[in-house]
Amino acid sequence: MKTNFDTTTAPATEKEYSILNLGPTHPATHGIFQNVLKMDGEIIVDAEPTIGYIHRAFEKLAEHKPFYQITPITDRMNYCSSPINNMGWHMTVEKLIGAELPKRVEYMRVIVMELARISDHIICNSVIGVDTGAMTGFLYVFQWREFIYEIYEELCGARLTTNIGRIGGFERDFSETAWRKINHLLKELPAGLKEFENLLVRNRIFMDRTINCGPISAERALQYSFSGPNLRAAGVDYDVRVMNPYSSYHEFEFDIPVGTNGDTYDRFMVRQEEMWQSLSIIRQAIDKLNKLDDKTTFHADIPSFYLPPKEEVYNNMEALIYHFKIVMGETDVPKGEVYHCVEGGNGELGFYLISDGGRQPFRLHFRRPCYIYYQAYPEMIKGSFLSDAVLTMSSMNVIAGELDA
Amino acid sequence: MEKPTLENVLAELQQHFGSNILAVEQDYDFHTVHISKQHIVTMLRYLYDHDTFRFQYLTTACGLHYPDAERPFGMMYQVHSLTTNLRLRFKAFTTASDLEFDTLTTVFPAANWMEREAFDFFGFHFKGHPNLKRILNVEDMDYHPLRKEYPIEDATRYDKDDTLFGRRPAGYDRKRLQP
Repeated sequence: MKTNFDTTTAPATEKEYSILNLGPTHPATHGIFQNVLKMDGEIIVDAEPTIGYIHRAFEKLAEHKPFYQITPITDRMNYCSSPINNMGWHMTVEKLIGAELPKRVEYMRVIVMELARISDHIICNSVIGVDTGAMTGFLYVFQWREFIYEIYEELCGARLTTNIGRIGGFERDFSETAWRKINHLLKELPAGLKEFENLLVRNRIFMDRTINCGPISAERALQYSFSGPNLRAAGVDYDVRVMNPYSSYHEFEFDIPVGTNGDTYDRFMVRQEEMWQSLSIIRQAIDKLNKLDDKTTFHADIPSFYLPPKEEVYNNMEALIYHFKIVMGETDVPKGEVYHCVEGGNGELGFYLISDGGRQPFRLHFRRPCYIYYQAYPEMIKGSFLSDAVLTMSSMNVIAGELDA
Repeated sequence: MEKPTLENVLAELQQHFGSNILAVEQDYDFHTVHISKQHIVTMLRYLYDHDTFRFQYLTTACGLHYPDAERPFGMMYQVHSLTTNLRLRFKAFTTASDLEFDTLTTVFPAANWMEREAFDFFGFHFKGHPNLKRILNVEDMDYHPLRKEYPIEDATRYDKDDTLFGRRPAGYDRKRLQP
């Protein structure tokens, strides 16, 4: 909530500001963020964010790893929606090597990415609830996030850092159980989401608390290169899935929700609506899969990048050679530069890859949406209360892993 | 009015800046314009203010290091026009003795942290940057880790000689280190 109190013109001699360290490990900031706040009573006059507490040198690490070993690095960026990061990376390499993917794989990817988007938004929105003092909503929807993790587990064996899929497709086809669970989610999640919305959307306390909290105008948001739900909440309908469709997104019907004020409430509402849209996209993807004649393909036919099945490796010389070459990183890769971006949980997640034809990238730069929009944070909380700063941060969905790389 | 294409943009840039454009190349779906570093700000400002192109979204910027090149250090900028959905990449290279670039924060506030990252990891200086200090690494670090001369492996360890797997640190001498 912005106050009318003007902190800039008050004479400095009569005032004494206090310095408050919010973080690095503060229970109200979900992750390791340090902000040195200059406070006038309870009002924030200035803020200086310090980041990098969990910097793990991903860009340097990636220069020393063969392409297929970089996927687990991407997991650890936005760990609330790792599958989107994984898929983004696979697609970048596929673009580099010029691999064409079967339609079935693309639809399966869409399903996984939209599941990830739902689980990402569930975390963010329910945590906004927690930060406004409403623990209940969090507990209600977290079982669905848990359920989505069970689906991941069924697809790839992991839950949080998924390393899902391979360059060229998936490591295995979706199992019967996975399909059953996805269908169960589609059937049951709407009721859960509805219940969550009933708790918060028209809740007077929640609205008073979030409307006008940490607002940003569309103009400023664009200048700060915001993307994803935060930009859309400010009223700009930029979504990578529509602007630069990948993985057959252009075949899907969905709406891009936009807000008007760019405040916490709008960000909450945009994410909420995106979850409904994601559900609809998953339904469409399943329909499209059912209409396909192809019911078994789960990877592209690129033997020099996609690991052959184990039984063939043991019994078939050609498969053994490919296996060896892939694992040792001896496959030739074209020289060139690729930029590929996907709509991650937080916006445009880009991979800028320079390949010199070697086994590892020559240079890999991640465009991490959090890192770019978090720099607007001091501006957004200036003149507001300390409690609003916490709420603004959680509604921006700043993920420490993505921020610090 | 017809939607401008990337060819229009490149033609206009060529017409307006002419000899300042060193090269234009296409890599996959992206066009890269090579320029010298003193023209970065004027060129991006021109595209920002342009009535029809409106490249007003800075997607990303990062440092580059090609140790064997004549001009080894460089900056890469990617701009995006949300109205025409065109994307363009700019690159400017420089020598090791002159690592100063003009700051882009005057055009895009978002360049602030991107330039701090380039300073942190490559040691580039940005003239006019409001707050140029390290961002992800500790402040008392005395090197710029994304430069190619800094190996990822600790050169004092001899248990990590994994030459067969391409993991040999630069400047690493196994014989010298063996006890």
